[in-house]
Amino acid sequence: MNKIPNRQAICEVLMEQAKEDKDIVVMCSDSRGSASLAPFAKEFPEQFIEMGIAEQNLVSVGAGLAKCGKKVFAASPASFVSTRSYEQAKVDCAYSNTNVTLIGISGGVSYGALGMSHHSAQDIAAMSAIPNMRVYLPSDRFQTACLIRALLQDESPAYIRVGRNPVEDIYTEEDCPFTMDQATVVTEGEDVLIVACGEMVRPAVDAAKLLEEQGIHAAVMDMYCVKPLDQEGLLRAAGKVKAVVTVEEHAPFGGLGSMVSQAVGANCPKKVVNLALPDAPVITGTSKEVFDYYGLNAEGIAKTAKEALQ
Amino acid sequence: MENLKALSYDLRKNVVDMIIEGKGGHIGGDMSVIDALTALYFKVMNISPENQDDEDRDKFVMSKGHCVEALYAVLAAKGFFPIEEVIEKFSKFGSQYIGHPNNKLPGIEMNSGSLGHGLPVSVGMALAGKMDHKDYRVYTVMGDGELAEGSVWEGAMAASHYKLDNLCATVDRNRLQISGNTEDVMAHDDLHERFRSFGWHVIDVKDGNDIDQLVAAYEEAKAVKGKPSVVIANTVKGCGSAVMEDKAAWHHKVPSAEEYEQIIKDFSERKEAL
Repeated sequence: MNKIPNRQAICEVLMEQAKEDKDIVVMCSDSRGSASLAPFAKEFPEQFIEMGIAEQNLVSVGAGLAKCGKKVFAASPASFVSTRSYEQAKVDCAYSNTNVTLIGISGGVSYGALGMSHHSAQDIAAMSAIPNMRVYLPSDRFQTACLIRALLQDESPAYIRVGRNPVEDIYTEEDCPFTMDQATVVTEGEDVLIVACGEMVRPAVDAAKLLEEQGIHAAVMDMYCVKPLDQEGLLRAAGKVKAVVTVEEHAPFGGLGSMVSQAVGANCPKKVVNLALPDAPVITGTSKEVFDYYGLNAEGIAKTAKEALQ
Repeated sequence: MENLKALSYDLRKNVVDMIIEGKGGHIGGDMSVIDALTALYFKVMNISPENQDDEDRDKFVMSKGHCVEALYAVLAAKGFFPIEEVIEKFSKFGSQYIGHPNNKLPGIEMNSGSLGHGLPVSVGMALAGKMDHKDYRVYTVMGDGELAEGSVWEGAMAASHYKLDNLCATVDRNRLQISGNTEDVMAHDDLHERFRSFGWHVIDVKDGNDIDQLVAAYEEAKAVKGKPSVVIANTVKGCGSAVMEDKAAWHHKVPSAEEYEQIIKDFSERKEAL
């Protein structure tokens, strides 16, 4: 049972890199605790900037720092950083092309019972629609670490969403296949392709096991790079199967499902079924309860995959 | 300084020519802000085509990005790009000289257009200067109508919290915005007190279209320690010709042939009278 959330994995990589790279700057909006970045703030006070509860300022100030050579990682709840400071992300990060990585913490329905104000079920759609903004939803802590290391190698803006809770490991320290902007094929299969991102990859892998027991061979693709979508990898995998199922912790419009449907529809038309949160405020509960209710779990994904094949 | 005052009238003519060619532009604000830009680029900041990649250069962000025509005129006069090209291509199909600042052009640090971004971005630039123990200064120019954006005050709060004495903002206080008088649309007075209460050093420039007074204000700001400075430049919208002066209707307007003739005549008469 993994107890390390992805946000902690981010902090660990940034702390390891900040020792050598004094241009790394971490910013928070009264969110260092919930972002698991308090250890960074303590060990590297000269490279940490607190902005207070002011997400617009967090993003614009980050862009200004980046313009002057800093490698900025600005962390704030995904619900706020993807909407309250949307225009700052669009103009000051993407349009001005500054080296800012926006880290949306407690993404999706992580905040569970706190309600729609605290959910970010629109962030993939919103951020993906901005030219020059990349969108990443890493699945487990090992992939998250690989992604942060990769982002430190370039100078373009990006948005990352991670959940609040620890995610069961998919990969291992030694075996975490990662190529920047290429989806990872977790399991191979020729009947149905399940494309998932973020916290939905683990239940997708578990769904594939359930399907295997029933004689259905499912491929699982970890599309952590939602934008730029790994279209080549997707079409290669989609070309081999009879149907495609997408799974995401996001509204049903404009997210992973929309993008996969668009790519498959244009290039190798076949049935694509999208599993997502509803276009409505979600039911009250922990994120696990919410996932179970909407079929965003192994059983629900397996059921949908089976139906897609009929 | 008399040369700069004369230059400001030549730059005004370039702005009007740009707007005629491009069939649109924020002419009123261009005329009110152009003296502050001239003072900054020709007397205050160390920014030039020669040092634009030098990390020790001063930094400038045009927060009131809609007055890009004035910025183009000043940057062209500094040698960043030829003014003839700007006048010919401004706002035309496929042009790089668009209606708001774009950092694909030399001399422009950050893209703007949406109001209330310039100050927070400048706070980041000034913070970076402090972190790296650099001596450069960061300048931004805002409109007074722009101050209704909440993000301006988020930036103002952070600037004093982090004691950014390397940051100097200018407010182009022409008292007019597109719908009318700023005090009717959304009142800002007492603006000085507002900035003071946010922990800023406030410098009032009685005539914000007087380059001598502006340069003196920026020099005063350089000596302030431990807090950011704001220069409140009391300007006249449309400054330079009675055709446009102090008229909200000239916020965004293309002069007719008759108006153009009168405006250019006013510019040269005022230049002669210097």
